[in-house]
Amino acid sequence: MSVPKTCIDVREVSFSYNGNPILQDITFDVKEGEYLGIIGPNGGGKTTLFKVILGLLKPQTGEILIYGEPLATFGKKHLIGYVPQRSLSDYYFPATVEEVVRSGRTARLGLLKRMSKEDSAAIERVMEVTDVARLRGRLIGQLSGGERQRVFIARALASEPKILILDEPDVGVDVTAQEKFYSFLDDLNRNLGITILLISHDIDVVAHQAKTILCLNRRLVCHGPPRDFITEDYMQKLYGKQVRFILHGH
Amino acid sequence: MPEIFELEFMRRAFVAGLLISIIVPIIGTFLVVRRYSLMADTLAHVSLVGVAVGVLTKTHPVISAVIASTLAAVLIERLRGLKKLFAESILAIFLSGSLAVAVVIISMAKGFNVDLLSYLFGSISTIDRVDLFLLAALFVLVLASVALFYKEFFLVSFDEEFAEAGGVKARALNLFIVVLAAVTVSLSMRIVGILLIGALMVIPVVTARQFELSFRNTIVFSVVCSLVSVITGLFLSYYFDLASGGTIVLVSLAIFLASFMVTRQE
Repeated sequence: MSVPKTCIDVREVSFSYNGNPILQDITFDVKEGEYLGIIGPNGGGKTTLFKVILGLLKPQTGEILIYGEPLATFGKKHLIGYVPQRSLSDYYFPATVEEVVRSGRTARLGLLKRMSKEDSAAIERVMEVTDVARLRGRLIGQLSGGERQRVFIARALASEPKILILDEPDVGVDVTAQEKFYSFLDDLNRNLGITILLISHDIDVVAHQAKTILCLNRRLVCHGPPRDFITEDYMQKLYGKQVRFILHGH
Repeated sequence: MPEIFELEFMRRAFVAGLLISIIVPIIGTFLVVRRYSLMADTLAHVSLVGVAVGVLTKTHPVISAVIASTLAAVLIERLRGLKKLFAESILAIFLSGSLAVAVVIISMAKGFNVDLLSYLFGSISTIDRVDLFLLAALFVLVLASVALFYKEFFLVSFDEEFAEAGGVKARALNLFIVVLAAVTVSLSMRIVGILLIGALMVIPVVTARQFELSFRNTIVFSVVCSLVSVITGLFLSYYFDLASGGTIVLVSLAIFLASFMVTRQE
């Protein structure tokens, strides 16, 4: 069996904002095909870590390698699909589902390039797979939480990425939709081999879905398979003593 | 030919009006959807500084207005990029600050007050060949830019962070949009006036937004609203001897009110 390649290599990364350390000396790597769940308390630096990996924030020290290349010179950033944490701001924006999904291919196409037939076909496939094709003409503001979530996943997949980075994608989504959503992510990971990095506030979900767990509280608290994580010790380090343990019995 | 088109200045006014009414709402859409509506007014006030300098130094005021508003646009985007101030605070500072600068310069130049009114409220009878030539060039520039960079403009307007994460140069594109807005505002002030150009950039877009159309159709519909406003406004202002800029904006407001009533009933 061949050893999977490293696709994301985070080396001794520290980031502080206005003198407040948010990330301190973070080192880990992500292998191709991995499903990494990231958990940690609010303010523990989860979103910041994603932004550093995506190049939206520059760490003061350390470096990020994507497929062995420094992030700054990595030319194929469209290979990383990003599903950001949603805010209320896009509810008012006049854009249809189809327009939003198509916009996900912009970076891959490059300047002055128009969509070819293959591009449109790829977008159709993505809309089918994510079950948003029937919503194509609807405005983004008219969708339910679950529908909107699928649209943003579809947008991220429109560039046919190899890595998918999702920041709390399940906020505002009801339980049934959530279950379908996680089995869909699982499918992407297993059958298409897409590497997944997922932030969730729901420790239970992460522990059951992800193959690897990374706990972040400004520092890297732990990194390993979920069974290693199921010890009270880590939970206390992460969340303090009063955490209710929900992983027993599974 | 109806009497109105026998007059050289009215023919010029219509040509200028048509050019403006197509490009102003196109640029306006990219500002309104990202809640940057105040940008149009801010750039218009900065243009007044350019006008004042132009009149004082006896150069072409429209050209110095274009330079002033473009410089301001670059500065505003730089400041916004630092993320130390709210975007709307930056705009408010530029809006009132530039008005102060303009007023001081104007007070230094005497006998310039009559001319000033034509810039503040628009005066179609004063549009000259240079204005028309500049407007035509701008028309081509804006349409070509939006056609070539449509997908990028949409992406950065909808989600700047996502654009950047994918490697799209979001800041440069934002700057491009704002500079286009600056030039458009400065060149449109002869028709609608500095104090009213913001209205023409925003009202047709807000009107179109009521109908919950796709982004592309929102642009198309806002252009239609703007065209109707400018053409109707020019006719009304000519036959009833009204101020052109104010009449155009009133027509666009009437269309907005009508659309508001209609879409609320649905």
